[in-house]
Amino acid sequence: MRLVAQAPLEIPDIAWSAIAPELVLFGVGILVLLLDTAGPNRLRSSALAFIVLAGGAGLIAWETGAFAGAPDAQVALPALVALGGLAQLGLTWVWQDRPRMLGALLTGLGFAATIGVVAWQWSVYAGGALLDGRPVLATDSLIADMVAIDGVALFTRLTVCAAGLITVLIGYSYAEERRIHRGEYYPLLLFAATGMTLLAASADLIMVFISIEILSLALYVLCGFAKRDLNSQESALKYFLLGAFSSALLLYGIALTYGVAGTTNIAEAGRAMALVAAPRALSLAAIGLLAVGFAFKTALVPFHMWTPDVYQGAPTPVTGFMAAATKAAAFAAFLRVFAGGLGALQWSWVPVLWILAAVTMLVGAVLAVVQTDLKRMLGYSAIAHAGYLLIGVIAVSRAGISSTLFYLLVYALMSVGAFGVLALLERRSRKAMTIADLRGLGKRYPVPAGMLSLFLLSLAGVPGTGGFMAKFGIFRAGVQAGQTELVVVAVVSSVIAAFFYIRVIVAMFMEDEPAEAAGLPLPTDAGANVGLAAAAAGVVVLGVLPGGLVELARQAATLAL
Amino acid sequence: MEGFPLLTALIAVPAVSALLIAFVPAERRDVIRATALAGSAITFALSLWLLGAFTAGEAGFQLTEALPWIPEWGIAYTLGVDGLSLALVLLTTLIMPLSLLAAWEHADRAKGFFAALMALEAALIGLFLALDLILFYVFFEAMLVPMYALIGIWGGAARRYAAIKFFLYTFLGGLFMLVAIIYLYFAGGAVSFAYADLLAVPLTGAEEMLLFAAFFIAFAIKVPLFPVHTWLPDAHTEAPTVGSVILAAVMLKIGGYGFLRFLLPYFPNATIEIGPVILVLGVIGVLYGALVAMMQRDIKRLVAYSSVAHLGFVVIGAFALDATAAAGSVVQMINHGLSTGALFLLIGFMYERTHSREIAEYSGLAKAAPIFGGLFLFTAMSSLALPGLNGFVGEFPILLGAYQTAPWAAVAAAFGVILAALYLLWAYQRMFHGPVEGRSAQMTDLTGREIAVMAPLVALMLGIGLYPAPLYERVNPTVEQIIAEVQDHRDAAAVQTGHADEQEGQ
Repeated sequence: MRLVAQAPLEIPDIAWSAIAPELVLFGVGILVLLLDTAGPNRLRSSALAFIVLAGGAGLIAWETGAFAGAPDAQVALPALVALGGLAQLGLTWVWQDRPRMLGALLTGLGFAATIGVVAWQWSVYAGGALLDGRPVLATDSLIADMVAIDGVALFTRLTVCAAGLITVLIGYSYAEERRIHRGEYYPLLLFAATGMTLLAASADLIMVFISIEILSLALYVLCGFAKRDLNSQESALKYFLLGAFSSALLLYGIALTYGVAGTTNIAEAGRAMALVAAPRALSLAAIGLLAVGFAFKTALVPFHMWTPDVYQGAPTPVTGFMAAATKAAAFAAFLRVFAGGLGALQWSWVPVLWILAAVTMLVGAVLAVVQTDLKRMLGYSAIAHAGYLLIGVIAVSRAGISSTLFYLLVYALMSVGAFGVLALLERRSRKAMTIADLRGLGKRYPVPAGMLSLFLLSLAGVPGTGGFMAKFGIFRAGVQAGQTELVVVAVVSSVIAAFFYIRVIVAMFMEDEPAEAAGLPLPTDAGANVGLAAAAAGVVVLGVLPGGLVELARQAATLAL
Repeated sequence: MEGFPLLTALIAVPAVSALLIAFVPAERRDVIRATALAGSAITFALSLWLLGAFTAGEAGFQLTEALPWIPEWGIAYTLGVDGLSLALVLLTTLIMPLSLLAAWEHADRAKGFFAALMALEAALIGLFLALDLILFYVFFEAMLVPMYALIGIWGGAARRYAAIKFFLYTFLGGLFMLVAIIYLYFAGGAVSFAYADLLAVPLTGAEEMLLFAAFFIAFAIKVPLFPVHTWLPDAHTEAPTVGSVILAAVMLKIGGYGFLRFLLPYFPNATIEIGPVILVLGVIGVLYGALVAMMQRDIKRLVAYSSVAHLGFVVIGAFALDATAAAGSVVQMINHGLSTGALFLLIGFMYERTHSREIAEYSGLAKAAPIFGGLFLFTAMSSLALPGLNGFVGEFPILLGAYQTAPWAAVAAAFGVILAALYLLWAYQRMFHGPVEGRSAQMTDLTGREIAVMAPLVALMLGIGLYPAPLYERVNPTVEQIIAEVQDHRDAAAVQTGHADEQEGQ
């Protein structure tokens, strides 16, 4: 027996700039973890980190020839890295006795820096290509075709980081008061975000799987972070078990895909499976398993069972982050694999996802109506919204992709905002909130109650809020793709959903009998105020003047179709 | 002042005053209501300017303004005014300051109350001026939120139920219309959502029927047309007085406006085909509304049901497909706004003093409060279409025009006029005649402020009744054009069937 001659291992050319956002997020995560574990030696660790970063900056400068009179752009990068190192050193020096504040600041800076890096990537890639005579983001596969740089990846990274930034702001005092503000909180948040942004940029099914594992593992821990709370434990365990189950299904799908196509690259696999010679039954099985795997992650009915329990039990800011960012990342991958890679095979999966979307929209909305716990209700509402988003995938068009991306950003703002207000209220009464607990809130605290109303009206899709524009974009893409019937189902679901959203507003503003806790003072905290104000401003601006972002989303919709 | 964006200003002034109110401390009620009144007064002045700048006798849109909004989706910010919208904008800008004056002493959470009223005014004016269908839809649904708050927060005992019902009914109708708008956009080649670009979109018969149905549901709920009228009595009864006034005077007109603005021009074939069915619904509305009104014990509910009857006339006028009837239907919308608005105001003044709306608890009000009694009688006469007052000049052309195209509908609806006299005069007799008994003893006569609120309405009721020509001059060209288009389609269809008959005969 002769062994197949092994090809020499080829080390791919690693384009670090392609994964720069992940590097920043991951690096900051490690740094925060390091500073937390260092204890009294915090300053010394920070100095070490500074030396590493400054050295790295020097290395980049040398590599890119910045010392030899290279263009400004190449000087800027090492300068920024060095500046980042200096900033963390300074922050550590000032806040060395308050590790949580330090962690929160560094995490916030990390998210902000990542947004900056993505903006830089965008500026590099924008205008590089034209479609119908108008600029779009060019698509580029890098690092042995594992990572894609394109609009879907960049836009989703922005969404994830925006959600992360607001989560840090609203979560600080919440975690402090629930005494779950342990050192791992921020690193886990950053690692989860790393997995999410990587998922959005995965050009290969193996990368998809790895990213899902990165983000899931971090989220499992975050869900169970309030370890004295049984609900939180239940949440973590359920999420872990069902997450593992869905990962296994996804992996089966990937294996079958490899069996049919001989590759795990999404675009190539799609092409290979679309060939007439491809074994049809095996292809369909592979597509089916992939669809089920994604359906679990995006909480489509009937694979949604975990969602309400997990949403209810997890610490509220974590729930908001999960709802917003995980959805964005998972749908980005959904788009890339189905609308992108398997676009040629849409006859096989569109009917199936059509039914899933219709059932998801209706079941999510109907079950939300009977909930009394607010987080649970928002969990079911998240399921219904996953159904609306699926319309954008089913449209298999550029309009579908751009409207899905836009929807995900708006959804991130409104759901993080809604959970943020809930976190504020939970801190006040130190228990989970039911609709009845909100009675009379509007009379005493019109501003937070008004904000929650704004987020809920936006979730319902009332004009003047970003939620309407997002829904309009999805409906428009759906009708354009000839899926008018599905859009009508979405309309029915929206009306049912409007009922439970406005029921909350009724409780806050229109009930005579105030709840028992109505007299308690509402905690004031600058971080949460800034975060909520930012989310609310985003929702209003995107509702009134969405033109700029709609244009960005159009530029971003550049999957091979 | 060439180039001054008058239409934008009409929307912006109330919107800005709503925003300003949000920044006034809640305890400064005087500043809050002064801001609101100033905003609505300026808006009214602007609308008078609009009346002056408007060229009577032209059919098309005037003073149009356009700005790009979301070019990527084919949406633009386009405004324009024609005879139809001019009348309704003027009605809105007139009713608003009067409502604010009527609610001058409102104390419960005044900040939100006045801000909601001003936001409502901005949305209503925007709705009548919008010439982009998505912009129209945005105003159509945006108006929902302040009205929902007005009913739900400041309404009566069953306000939560009424508010949710109102919200869901309108939201449902609106969303179907939204899908229809998007469908129409793509059927028309995805040019833009501008009003003119969606005219004459080539549609198959089935498509036209479905889209017609989607638009029709949205506006029929607004009218409200039997059998989707059930939200109205609840909303009216529970809403605070100003809420009822605005609801009746302006918001119900959105239905009639939508019929004439969108349904007839966009779907002429479906209109011709389904028109008779809608006429039946209109007639049912007229008779059913009148009969149910007669049975009411609550005077406010009585007026609410009388709205169902009056707006049945509007529907008959719009779908009779006759220019006289259609112009009458626009005038009827204005008249109903004036007289029903006035009736709700009067009932509100009474309720503030006596805290009851039960007809049976009153007697001899005319003696207890003679000015109030006189105004009530005058307004009731206007509402029941006494010749010489405004109600007559709207209802009579509707009956006259409908008699040309659908005589049965005109005959049946004429009974509605008689019934209106019956229920209003009967209620008047029970409440205002006889000895001063029951709640009437607590009744005091109207104050100067309240008389000032009523005076412009009374003057207009009389003015339109005696000399309606200026109103008709502005409304007629627009309406004639709309009806002429539909009639062309009908004639074309008749010619085609005629040809087919001939061919079969050969």
